[in-house]
Amino acid sequence: MSQKTVDRGQEYVRIEGVTKRFGDFVAVDSVSLSIFKGEIFCLLGGSGCGKTTLLRMLAGFESPTAGRILIDGQDMAGIPPYERPVNMMFQSYALFPHMTVAKNVAFGLEQEGLGKTEIERRVGEMLEIVKLGEFARRKPHQLSGGQRQRVALARALIKKPKLLLLDEPLGALDKKLREYTQFELINLQEQLGVTFVVVTHDQEEAMTLASRIGVMNKGQIVQVGTPTDIYEFPSSRFVADFIGSVNMFEGQLTEDEPGHVRIRCPELDATVYVNHGISAAPEAKVAVAIRPEKIELTRSELAATENRTRGTVKEIAYMGDMSVYLVRLESGRLVRVTIPNTERHADERIVWDEMVYLSWHPSSPVVLTV
Amino acid sequence: MRRGWFRNGMLGLGLAFLYVPILSMIVFSFNNSRLVTVWDSPNSPTLRWYVRLLENDQLLGAAWISVLVAAMTATGAVILGTIAGLVLTRFGPFRGRAFLSAMTTAPLVMPEVITGIAMLLLFVSLEQLIGWPEGRGMLTITIAHITFAMAYVTVVVQSRLAGFDDVLEEAALDLGARPATVFFRITLPLILPALVSGWLLAFTLSWDDVVISQFVAGPGSSTLPMEIFSRVRRGVSPDINALATIMVLIVAIGVVLSTLYMKREEKRREREEQMARRDGNG
Repeated sequence: MSQKTVDRGQEYVRIEGVTKRFGDFVAVDSVSLSIFKGEIFCLLGGSGCGKTTLLRMLAGFESPTAGRILIDGQDMAGIPPYERPVNMMFQSYALFPHMTVAKNVAFGLEQEGLGKTEIERRVGEMLEIVKLGEFARRKPHQLSGGQRQRVALARALIKKPKLLLLDEPLGALDKKLREYTQFELINLQEQLGVTFVVVTHDQEEAMTLASRIGVMNKGQIVQVGTPTDIYEFPSSRFVADFIGSVNMFEGQLTEDEPGHVRIRCPELDATVYVNHGISAAPEAKVAVAIRPEKIELTRSELAATENRTRGTVKEIAYMGDMSVYLVRLESGRLVRVTIPNTERHADERIVWDEMVYLSWHPSSPVVLTV
Repeated sequence: MRRGWFRNGMLGLGLAFLYVPILSMIVFSFNNSRLVTVWDSPNSPTLRWYVRLLENDQLLGAAWISVLVAAMTATGAVILGTIAGLVLTRFGPFRGRAFLSAMTTAPLVMPEVITGIAMLLLFVSLEQLIGWPEGRGMLTITIAHITFAMAYVTVVVQSRLAGFDDVLEEAALDLGARPATVFFRITLPLILPALVSGWLLAFTLSWDDVVISQFVAGPGSSTLPMEIFSRVRRGVSPDINALATIMVLIVAIGVVLSTLYMKREEKRREREEQMARRDGNG
């Protein structure tokens, strides 16, 4: 995970109560958001959550039904896409099939009315940056997926935009190439200092790329934060469930002190003790979310009376670097536990149908009230 | 074994159904006899009718008029059809869109006789009202042809536009191109194949048309099909066979050339894409 420090003082894009309706359908529902200069901001959400519509409003292809968008302090209302200091990298790359790579990249500069030599020089430089110098005279269909992606990036970046919008930038690449390209994108962004807004449905992509993530659901932003915030401190059941995998148990608050809370979870057949306070009504129904990697499995019985339970191993999935265990509790609930395979030999590993004890640290569970 | 025989037989029948009429016409164009249906074997084959044809100024003149009318029709229809296709696919929903769509395609289903009468009435009353167009001739034929050929071009252009993603146009806008620049540098080159086939289609439609031309033509502006038609009514003469053979030949050469060209382009593209996949490691 890349954690970059972002200068929060410099707000660059300001989205104020933006709503977009298509007929009766509300695609984006009163979203307010600030994006800071030089950061990579990811809009993350499932299909139809409104993230692409929001991006298209930033680019100027759609205009908000209500609310306003300011980029670098300037209200974007009524400004057509060709006059915005914003460029976009399209999901399908949208390379012009009848032009060579060099012509594609030069297109944006030609619109600015620059001289021929100046354009040639800058296109040459940009193609070197994305390592496509030798492909300048090829047509898009003569390139591989990864090369096309880099042409699209070069074509957008050569305009020196204040803001680069990327729609599922890695969506069309295979897995190996994605990982490589992810880091390349981050490097380029640091090198050029452009603010990125990335739309993606792939949480892994969001986690690696973003300095901050805005999780969207049904047209609304449900949580904004760093990847760590989003993963470790989800603010709602939706976010906890959407990001990564999680074991979620419904429970009832029995003790709520400033320094700790206790929650009774019948499903878990245990009392959950969390070493920090929450602000919720007494006796409130809450959910307890515990990430699979934060649960420990042991064969020997535990002395503790809280934050532990037991069950039988039902499934083991060996993934190489780690194994996923599905443990059936006495209540019938299945719990997902992941354990890194630090040992090469499997003699000591827990096997099918073994009775095991599950435990977790008091700081691990996340208590969710919404 | 039996199945192969049956299949080949059916194929032969099908081909015969399509090509025997044309073939017999070609054969009879080399016949020496004046009578179309009598084969004069001692003196055939002969190029007699081809020579006669070259001396026939009336037919050649009509052919020239046809070429001119068809070329003007095709050009006019492509311009109007492109605009109509563009409006219907790219301008989103607007008031009257459905009506426009129905009206541009109406000539496809309208009987030609009706189109012909309607055009004639229009031209006559226009002439009475504003004095234009003066009389009837090539201009009125061309206008009438454009109105119905445009419908076909619209359909062709529309389907091409619908076939390519407007994200390319958005990308151009995003890169700072104004809408007019986007049209000439992105949209137009991409729909060019459709424009070419639309042009050829309109050309052929105009070249073929007898019915509408019949209504709106004036003295001295007979097109080739009209000329042929009026001659045939006086009895089929063998020089028409010769003329038709030449026309078939021109069309056949055109079709073969374009097929070969397309095959080659496709092969080249396939090869290049394979190459890109092979050396495209990232």
